[in-house]
Amino acid sequence: MSGGYIAQQIVNGLILGSMYALVAIGFSMIYGIIRLINFAHGEIIMIGAFLTLGLLQKLQLPFPVAAPLVLIAGAVVGIIIEKGAFRPMRGAPQVTGFIASLGVSIMLQNLGILLLTAQPRNFTFPDYLQAVVQIGPVSFRTIDGVIMASALALMGGLLFLVHKTRLGMAMRATAENIDVARLMGININRTIMATFAMGSALAAIAGLMWGGKFGQIDPLLGFVPGLKSFVAAVIGGVGSIPGAILGGYILGLSEVLFVGLLPPIYSAFRDAFVFSTLILILLVLPNGILGKKMEDRA
Amino acid sequence: MKRIPLHQIWYFVFVLSGAVFVFIARSTFNEYILSIINFVGIYIILAVSLNITNGFTGLFSLGHPGFMAIGGYITAVLTFPVAKKAMFLELPGWLSHLALPFLPALLIGGACASLTAFVIGVPVLRLRGHYLAVATLGFLIIIQVLITNWESVTRGPLGMNGLPALTHLWWVYAWVVITLYVSWKIKFSSYGRSMLAIREDPLAAQCIGTRLFRTRVVSLALGAFFAGIAGGLWAHLVTAITPASFSLVLAFHIVVMVVVGGSGSISGAFVAAVLFSTVTEFFRPLEESLDAYGIGEIFMALVLILILIYRPTGIFGTREPGFLTAKRT
Amino acid sequence: MLKIDDIHVYRGSTHVLKGVSLHVQQGEIVSLIGANGAGKTTILRTISGLLRPSRGKIFLKTSKTSGETDIRRVPAETITGLGVTHCPEGRGIFSRLSVKENLMIGAYLRKDKEGIADDYARICALFPILGSRSRQTGGSLSGGEQEMLAVGRALMSRPELLTLDEPSLGLGPIIVDNLFSVLAEINRQGVTLLLVEQNAIKALKLSHRTYVLETGRMALSGPSAALIDNEKVKKAYLGGT
Repeated sequence: MSGGYIAQQIVNGLILGSMYALVAIGFSMIYGIIRLINFAHGEIIMIGAFLTLGLLQKLQLPFPVAAPLVLIAGAVVGIIIEKGAFRPMRGAPQVTGFIASLGVSIMLQNLGILLLTAQPRNFTFPDYLQAVVQIGPVSFRTIDGVIMASALALMGGLLFLVHKTRLGMAMRATAENIDVARLMGININRTIMATFAMGSALAAIAGLMWGGKFGQIDPLLGFVPGLKSFVAAVIGGVGSIPGAILGGYILGLSEVLFVGLLPPIYSAFRDAFVFSTLILILLVLPNGILGKKMEDRA
Repeated sequence: MKRIPLHQIWYFVFVLSGAVFVFIARSTFNEYILSIINFVGIYIILAVSLNITNGFTGLFSLGHPGFMAIGGYITAVLTFPVAKKAMFLELPGWLSHLALPFLPALLIGGACASLTAFVIGVPVLRLRGHYLAVATLGFLIIIQVLITNWESVTRGPLGMNGLPALTHLWWVYAWVVITLYVSWKIKFSSYGRSMLAIREDPLAAQCIGTRLFRTRVVSLALGAFFAGIAGGLWAHLVTAITPASFSLVLAFHIVVMVVVGGSGSISGAFVAAVLFSTVTEFFRPLEESLDAYGIGEIFMALVLILILIYRPTGIFGTREPGFLTAKRT
Repeated sequence: MLKIDDIHVYRGSTHVLKGVSLHVQQGEIVSLIGANGAGKTTILRTISGLLRPSRGKIFLKTSKTSGETDIRRVPAETITGLGVTHCPEGRGIFSRLSVKENLMIGAYLRKDKEGIADDYARICALFPILGSRSRQTGGSLSGGEQEMLAVGRALMSRPELLTLDEPSLGLGPIIVDNLFSVLAEINRQGVTLLLVEQNAIKALKLSHRTYVLETGRMALSGPSAALIDNEKVKKAYLGGT
């Protein structure tokens, strides 16, 4: 096993990790502010992927135009989910919210099957993004580089938003103590809505990246990556955005290295490995690596 | 002579009329309708057994299909004729010469599912709320992956087919009665009351001194046992078993039944299971004729969400209908 | 300025406030004392809009209200904008935000950047410890420092009426004295105070008038100086003679 091979695996892991990180941020932000796991978050990846396909192929929009539209659409979907499913559920026990979001997830999956059929579609990006770049022993396509760069840019932008703007301060305050945040004059509904919008926008872009990376999309594509991104958020510490980013990369790298370094007979057990890690972390280090202890919102 | 309690009378009435129904059904209905009734029965077992786990103690387990799979596969391997075993599977010596009748195979399958529940329950049941739910989901996925890849025993993604068609309505009916009986007995025993107490307020229950942790593990194991039985019954009804049958979608379906019926209510689980399976059967031909797959699931999900918003305790809440619980007339 | 008229408040199914009335004039310091569980916190939370009375009215008149308005249905987010700021029980500091951010969030509804900067400087002068720790997280401060942060944060909204819920809770006597002299100074600068306190003697000494609440009903009220000598008050809250 050469150094070049390992380097390639690491690069692949980082690219996968970027996508997990983007989705994990959404999970963490939403959990942080309403203390509920949004199962339906993964489906937004699927929506983003299909929307990109539609914009690029059906409407023939150029890529730099399609991408921001996908961000906006993701935000809109997030807001709809918040208003329709989560707001009525506010104040209900944890598990109720969880089942409800599971219901929304299944509903979205089946809406996808209904409207788009279960057939996988091919996903093609314009040629200039498919070009292969070779740096030493490592090769990747331009699209991969774009994925990593834009993921980092988006993460940076989000961190800036959360830590340096008034809205971000409101979000952090609301995540910590809703009643006192209200006493400051913060509009809780709008703050929660903004959180959903931001997290979902990132998930939609992750869908765009997913389609570009793997070339094939189907209505059920969001489910397992969504779950894995949740695992990533837990690893890093739910509720913490840097934690979600860290967890995303750790998971992406572990998954790729697991498959790449162990004998092929084990690669099918990849998903079992990921979820065993989840259970282990929940038992041993429930607050994740960077997480803070979060009281329930009863 | 002691007065017979009212609820015991009702119980006899139900069991008897059920038996009469089964008898008539078997002689009048065609295969298709009989198989639907069988499925309804299996769903009832699944819903009521999940109620034991989720409903009474407030645990939340998405892992039920995993226990079903364990029970189903073990039962299938045990009843599989020796000749076929040699052809399709690579089993250790003692197993490859063994072919058991239905009942022992079912019981062993259920017991193995129960054992698995004990083993994973001890670490995992320390978790609470939605973290527990996610851990059980993880368990389900791990089981799926293991089954899909342990090809020598399970034939992997192809699964096993050509299983003997051992399930018929009397089997299903018997197990439905047993599951209901056990659930009922537990719920109205002092043990059952401590389970409900845990669900209402784990902190208070701990103060009363109920052995919180043990109760949770036992309720998981008990629910798992019946899920395993249901798996065995299911496998020998469909005469095939594949990993895809025990998915999160199934877990979701069972959860919908328990939630809609009212978690904690046995009658609720029963009624919801019947409603749910008949509605699914109604949707199936509809979807095919309209070429619109997925409508049934969307409908189910909508019903669930509406119930959670407007009537989160479900149709029956935690109660049983009054006439069934009245002690004396 | 504030007039509460026979309000009844339920928390869940418990009838906590059973027909409570009080009033606060502009420029006063009014204190509200009583045993634990009497309902003092509930009164403040109802004024702030976190709770709603099932019966009765709450009238508020500040420079930001159009005359005297009934605010009992006004939600918490809006009350701060009307000139009433609540310093909650347990301080309610955002422990993960920095000290400076905690102060700035007090001014969340204000739009005048220069005014906010001025007030920030003034509050750092009033509580020097906040200025020196401005970059640290709120959670890293001691109890007394957190109380100062809470008061400072409340002042950042330029309140006309400031309600405080047990500010002396868990603080040592020297710090409490310091805190109360700051409160007196704030009042001298024009802020009306409604103070809920466990520490009855200190509250009576600071305030102009006092109300005594007992299990959801107003038991006594009057000028603080008179109540200090009142037999009932002495026995129940001041430890005898």
